[in-house]
Amino acid sequence: MSAPSSTPSSTLADWKLRASQGQGLLIAVAVFLAMFTLYISNHPAGLTVPVATTAANKAVLLALVAMAQTLPVLTGGLDLSVGMVFVMTNSLASTIVSGEPWQVALGIVGVLLAGAAAGFVNGAIVVYGRLQPIITTLATGAVYYGVALLLRPVPGGDVDPDLADFMTYTVFEVVPTSLVLLLAVVVLVWLPFRNSVIGRGCYAVGSSEGAAYMSGVAIGRSRLAAYTLAGLLAGVAGLMLTFVTFSGEASAPIGGTYTLNSIAAVVIGGTSLYGGAGGAIGSIFGAFILRTIDDLLFVFDLPPLWQPLFQGVVLLGAVSLGAARVFRVKNRLELFN
Amino acid sequence: MGSAAPPFPTAVGPMNERQSPLPEPLVSHGLPFWQMQGISKRYGGVLALDDVDFACGRGSIHAVLGENGAGKSTLIKIAAGVVTPTTGRLLLEGREVAFAGPQDAQAEGIVCIFQELSLLPDLSVADNICMTAPPGRFGFIDHRAQRRRAEALLARVGCADVNPLELVRNLPLSRRQMVEIAKALGRRPRLLILDEATSALTAADVDKVYGILRELRRDGLAILYISHRMHEIEQLADTCSVFRNGRHIETFQKGAKSDNEIVRLMIGREYTQVYPPKPQRSVAPAPALAVRNLSWGSRLNDVSLTVGKGEIVGLGGLDGQGQRELLLALFGVLRGVSGSIEVDGRPARPRSPGAAKSPRIGMALIPEDRKSEGLLLPMSVRDNISMASIGKFTRGLFIDRARQDARIDEMIRRLAIKVGDADSPVATLSGGNQQKVVIAKWLMTEARIVLLNDPTRGIDVGTKQEIYQLLRGLADAGTAILFYTTDYDELVGCCDRVSIMYAGGIKRELAGAEITEENIIASALNLDLQVGA
Repeated sequence: MSAPSSTPSSTLADWKLRASQGQGLLIAVAVFLAMFTLYISNHPAGLTVPVATTAANKAVLLALVAMAQTLPVLTGGLDLSVGMVFVMTNSLASTIVSGEPWQVALGIVGVLLAGAAAGFVNGAIVVYGRLQPIITTLATGAVYYGVALLLRPVPGGDVDPDLADFMTYTVFEVVPTSLVLLLAVVVLVWLPFRNSVIGRGCYAVGSSEGAAYMSGVAIGRSRLAAYTLAGLLAGVAGLMLTFVTFSGEASAPIGGTYTLNSIAAVVIGGTSLYGGAGGAIGSIFGAFILRTIDDLLFVFDLPPLWQPLFQGVVLLGAVSLGAARVFRVKNRLELFN
Repeated sequence: MGSAAPPFPTAVGPMNERQSPLPEPLVSHGLPFWQMQGISKRYGGVLALDDVDFACGRGSIHAVLGENGAGKSTLIKIAAGVVTPTTGRLLLEGREVAFAGPQDAQAEGIVCIFQELSLLPDLSVADNICMTAPPGRFGFIDHRAQRRRAEALLARVGCADVNPLELVRNLPLSRRQMVEIAKALGRRPRLLILDEATSALTAADVDKVYGILRELRRDGLAILYISHRMHEIEQLADTCSVFRNGRHIETFQKGAKSDNEIVRLMIGREYTQVYPPKPQRSVAPAPALAVRNLSWGSRLNDVSLTVGKGEIVGLGGLDGQGQRELLLALFGVLRGVSGSIEVDGRPARPRSPGAAKSPRIGMALIPEDRKSEGLLLPMSVRDNISMASIGKFTRGLFIDRARQDARIDEMIRRLAIKVGDADSPVATLSGGNQQKVVIAKWLMTEARIVLLNDPTRGIDVGTKQEIYQLLRGLADAGTAILFYTTDYDELVGCCDRVSIMYAGGIKRELAGAEITEENIIASALNLDLQVGA
């Protein structure tokens, strides 16, 4: 009776299913590849290592922040403080990641812990205080920005120059180090999380909190893990920003812009703002798409002032794809739930 | 103390010293496997369970019977750890247990298959089946092992055709229900609770489930089975318990009582309501609303009924037999409805609630959940009452407040809504007065057809009386009323005719002296018997 189906035909069916479930991700990858190809083919230098490295260094910052944003969104929440954690950890890193090698190492650990702690505070308030994620993270975001200002009242500071050079340059003169870092984060943080019981709990909570509770899922722990991990990833991004700029700056515009762009990247990457579906890989490509818009404007000699307009159009397109379900609803009351 | 409750351990039944475990059901001896002692549960002012003693044993299928609101759902929610009892003790194999949540109950092997499915729509079938304790180590999931387990469980429930990678959201309802059953089996239950678990299944699947339940009984599981389908209970159950008004009335072996006797046990409540007299008619009134062959997906099948001018027609039956969908279909909320609707002899097919309330159709729907669908809680009593008829009180582009307020004050007086200040938020009123506000809102539209979806649920007795008077008054003034209620007493007391729904269709129409609680319950249970005729 029990027929384990690992025959070729069922494998094909499996791949079809996987493809249809990862539609959002596949579309994001395709759009990015098209845009990047267009950019490279119009770039005077073509695809050279320096061009790729510059593009990667810019894109990886947003990609990391977008990965951070993905986790709370998957649980059906939102984290408006990711940008501020990014800025706060940047300010912190510009203070403590320098000196002797052991001091640098300790500094890096400190920066990552600070990010995770900020995320943990968000999660604890959302889970145990039962406050709405949006308003909670709006408030804590302001707090984290305040901490950043205390750490770095004026732009400046410094960071270990050798490490910064290495992180913003290439590995073996070919692959941008920042991309390697991003890949490492995916392999060491995201994939294990996704395959863990806690990670699946995050999807479950976002999909239907009531059903998750009835199924005996550890709802609170999953949420807490999502926000904490978001803080950690924002901390990685803040560290990377320090390496790129060789300094720290408690800048409210940077924090705000990264927060909003991270939400846009999450949506473009195929993650549902209702929660429960999507993933961080999509958000990475969502971030790449947003960044490539800049570069395209540059190679086509269009004024950079057009950038927000194009970003808006791309975002609207991505959201419309997700909204198609409205046409299948048979009970109009369900549209409001 | 429940008046007719039997002395305690009857649930296990008379114990006959039978040792051979197969093929006869295995009956455990000594203490019952699962006991609930002196359980009461109070929700606000409502006593859902009243000092209930209940027990069930291993190797037995134990059916729980009772009409709407008898306390069955509360009973199983307490057993499953979803609800904590106000008073009383739970004992598992004689050891007292307390559950803070469903996890605790599941850890003890108490697994419940709920009516409202506990599946996660955005996750795959395999993820759902292995939700709480997936195979793997160090907290990481072994996807291959998970898939093998899911495949084995799906095969066991006869759903080998379901791909474990498919998202639950893409499965039809009947398959989802089977996945739910597979998920429950995967948790190695010792006490398995099924709450209307077969309601959405096809006949072949039902047979499969019966087979599985019998196997599980042979393996020594304790099984609690809640169903409204009497023939299912006849086929499956070893023991039956009847609940009524939150009390455990009686427990008996299957076959010890006839259907007739069981129905009588389920009724027998005190009549506390006084209803306004019904008009005596010799001629049927002209139909204001005529519905023919209305269907919607699998939830409504060929529903035909008429409501005459000045008539109150009751919609009865067990919860969730399509009554709510019928009202929503009439009110233009559902898409893809087939069949015809006539209002005053003219075809009418409202495409939205806005169209349904227009003067041409003139319908009003008092919705089921006043908090989410009936009221705008933070807005004032005045704003709520005028919300559906705001277009009637305009002068040019603006609202004529004086004229509107005069009408609102008239409504508040007419319905005797107890409100200190009509400009205070409606959330500050009591439940009964909130419901009156919803009714006032729709009376303001001067609707000719009023649809009501269980309007007296959770309302105090006094307000209920006023609502009955009001409905009869409206009917006498010529309004056609279609009245869905889960309270059979109201069907008997209030309605000129009653249509009983079962599985999305009208099972039976009752009129005049036929409207008795026996007939209503028998039809609601899809039994063809004439009780007490």
